[in-house]
Amino acid sequence: MTSSAAPASLEVSGLAFAYPDGHQALFGIDLTVGRGERVALLGPNGAGKTTLVLHLNGILTGGAGSVKVAGLPVEKRNLAEIRRRVGIVFQDPDDQLFMPTVREDVAFGPAASGMRGAELEARVHKALERVGMAEYADRPPHHLSFGQRRRVAVATVLAMEPEILVLDEPSSNLDPASRRELADILRALDVTVLMVTHDLPYALELCGRSVILSGGTIAADGKTADVLADEELMRTHRLELPFGFDPRAAAAKA
Amino acid sequence: MGAGHAHKLYRQAASPVHDLPPHCKIAAVFLFVIVVVSTPREAVWAFGLYAVLIAVVAGAARIPAGFLLKRLLIEVPFVAFAVLMPFVVPGDQVHVLGLALSKNGLWGAWNVLAKGTLGVAASVILASTTDLRALLLGLQRLKLPSLLVQIASFMIRYGDVITDEMRRMSIARRSRGFEAKGLKAWSVLAKSAGALFIRSYERGERVHLAMVSRGYAGSMPVIDDVTATGAQWRYAAVLPASALVICLLGWTL
Repeated sequence: MTSSAAPASLEVSGLAFAYPDGHQALFGIDLTVGRGERVALLGPNGAGKTTLVLHLNGILTGGAGSVKVAGLPVEKRNLAEIRRRVGIVFQDPDDQLFMPTVREDVAFGPAASGMRGAELEARVHKALERVGMAEYADRPPHHLSFGQRRRVAVATVLAMEPEILVLDEPSSNLDPASRRELADILRALDVTVLMVTHDLPYALELCGRSVILSGGTIAADGKTADVLADEELMRTHRLELPFGFDPRAAAAKA
Repeated sequence: MGAGHAHKLYRQAASPVHDLPPHCKIAAVFLFVIVVVSTPREAVWAFGLYAVLIAVVAGAARIPAGFLLKRLLIEVPFVAFAVLMPFVVPGDQVHVLGLALSKNGLWGAWNVLAKGTLGVAASVILASTTDLRALLLGLQRLKLPSLLVQIASFMIRYGDVITDEMRRMSIARRSRGFEAKGLKAWSVLAKSAGALFIRSYERGERVHLAMVSRGYAGSMPVIDDVTATGAQWRYAAVLPASALVICLLGWTL
């Protein structure tokens, strides 16, 4: 799957992890995401998706195996650079947006890495522009609608110009229009995306490739249309399509 | 700051006081309060002059008297204590309308009342002319420990979020037939408060996670900074400087 010369955006190999209470969440994960790819990470609740995501920027460490982001290993001495390269958008935008105004929130990441002044201002404006929220820069986040907050949350990590954008349930709690608007924004971005989601039509719409994580191992890795159409596979891993949704027909239409 | 919605403490207007940089105003109010507190309580006229100063500043800030007086009501619970003083403080007694009042207590009550009211009035003016965000920038500029500024900034950001959560919990309780009345309700309310605390704590952990993921390493990056010119400092200094003159007169006369 990986493209030629440039190192893959994400290389996970042999990653295993057990929580301090003994619960083993990951059993040897191998996953490579090439530059510019959009990959959906599917799986039932408790499959280890969040655990995997928290390994990508070194919040969780200490298990076996390795994670590399654009060739740089996730290690203590690289953490600052890793966290700049891996932009995680968490599920609840109220957790993600912690500054008093939208502008300051988007500025937080780049400012933390030392950017100041006009350069910072330009970076913030560009990130907000990309999600269509530039005119809300001076608003406090709690005065925005949920969909707007989710878009600002995406801008906060875009402002760091990440190598890979990791989205945790990007479509959750969005009304259909906001959900589509977010899809348009994500499609227009020229960045590698790893999208954790239960929203299978959304995965089909946005991601050419899907990976099923189940019971702490990769259970499937292939074209989204094929993965979703494999009824046996889907049933085994507690994945269900919405009523009346036919992945083959939808993929053919797209 | 062009915030779309302002906090209710803030009163939007265009005035020279609104235009002053926040750290000048904070410093001026702080010094003013210190000067007022160090004035001898017997110099009653001095407190009258302080009140005139406050009125002048309020006028310059386009704050109507009624607005200011209403905000002063916040003081009432503290004043209740002052009212008790003439009755409980031992010492020489004076008789007013058949009541035996302690002279010392009367002076004490006056002292608390006058200084408290002036302090609250100055703070009300500060709060009505400076929005919360600017106050934080001012405190940051005045080199208040960054941890305190961070805590205050999170209070502002998450106050509404937590109030919302509290409201949802209350709706959930009432939807299941709970009405808060009687002693029995207390246990339910206490458990709700506990649950709210745990939820907020967990949110705190998630927020921290999000911060760390964006490169937070213990200190907030300075994104906005406020600066003041010498003229602005001098303008802000008018209040504490005139108060200081009054205070010195109070000590010498």
